[in-house]
Amino acid sequence: MTAIQIIFILSALVILGAAVMVVSTRNLVHAALYLVATLFGVAVLYAILDATFLTVVQVVVYIGAIAILFIFAIMLTRREMRDQGEQLNKGWGAAALIGLLTFGGLFMLLNNWRGVNATAAALPSGFDGVVELGTALVSTDAFVLPFEVASVLLLAALIGAVYVAGTKK
Amino acid sequence: MIPLSWYLILAAALFSVGLFGVLARKNAIAILLGVELMLNAVNINLVAFWRYGSLASIAGQVFAIIVFAVAAAEVAVGLGLVISVYRRRNTVVADELDLMKW
Amino acid sequence: MLFEYIAIATLIVLAVIVALIAIGLGELFGPKKKMEEKSMPYESGMTPYGPGTRRMPVRFYLIAVLFILFDIEVVFFLPWAIVFRQLGLFGLIEMAVFIAILLVGYIYAWKKGALEWE
Repeated sequence: MTAIQIIFILSALVILGAAVMVVSTRNLVHAALYLVATLFGVAVLYAILDATFLTVVQVVVYIGAIAILFIFAIMLTRREMRDQGEQLNKGWGAAALIGLLTFGGLFMLLNNWRGVNATAAALPSGFDGVVELGTALVSTDAFVLPFEVASVLLLAALIGAVYVAGTKK
Repeated sequence: MIPLSWYLILAAALFSVGLFGVLARKNAIAILLGVELMLNAVNINLVAFWRYGSLASIAGQVFAIIVFAVAAAEVAVGLGLVISVYRRRNTVVADELDLMKW
Repeated sequence: MLFEYIAIATLIVLAVIVALIAIGLGELFGPKKKMEEKSMPYESGMTPYGPGTRRMPVRFYLIAVLFILFDIEVVFFLPWAIVFRQLGLFGLIEMAVFIAILLVGYIYAWKKGALEWE
């Protein structure tokens, strides 16, 4: 057990425990706050994986914006402090079965795959993920098209959200 | 050193939990929370494959950023729809929105 | 390789400890007399009325959505800005196209009145 493995296991426990709470807690505000815990654990994993830029983006954008938007939406739509009644629908047994089967299937798939025991190569000295990202995002033989399409996606989301949620005058 | 399989199994478990949330929760916002969990599982996989594959191509991280953009767009429009439905029908329970169901 | 993060980890641990100490001291030494008035929500001295969870106006949501989408835009800006000098004119044009597309949405939101607050 190295220190990094212990950090990984701790954050994995936080991620999975909080994820289970997200789907099972009755109070939606708590569910959103557990989602923040999950997202934070994922940010730690990014840090372990040397994806420094993604770590920052995860905390600033995912936790700082998306999770907050969830809390806004919950406050806009709930009637009481605590949601009454059953929070799971009638088919939750089947849903649990499908979830377990998905996990089992993925696990089997991973078991039969040889690449699963790959080890990470050391980062080359002077490797800067952000520089690499910036170059890849706008170079014509890499990802310039997804980059521009992303702005179209954001445009569509902006117009859609303003139109759908906007108040009629 | 952490083997790649740890990340993949964790991501598989997170994805399955998210899938359960999407299928089993009644509240539309809770369903979207489940979708967020699934997107994060995918992102863990993408970044892990980048780190354990060839470092020369940064595709994994670029995909992860695109997934961030998709997640933000999905949340913005999805929650907008939920709020709009709530104002018209006064409910956020997905089962009660059965106007199109025969 | 994780040594760069020790500062952040220390900060998080210290923040948790300080918060625990602050709450713990209050729990340990604070007098605890339960009264009806004490457990009421604090509303600047008034007696609170109605449920404390009035629906917020949807304007808050619109502002939050605008914030989120332009936040994501910044995520694309930052790596580009760092390598801007190496990219030259071509990179500038690409980013101009990116911003021009998003500007359409911004103008739409503006015309639609999403930025107004009455």
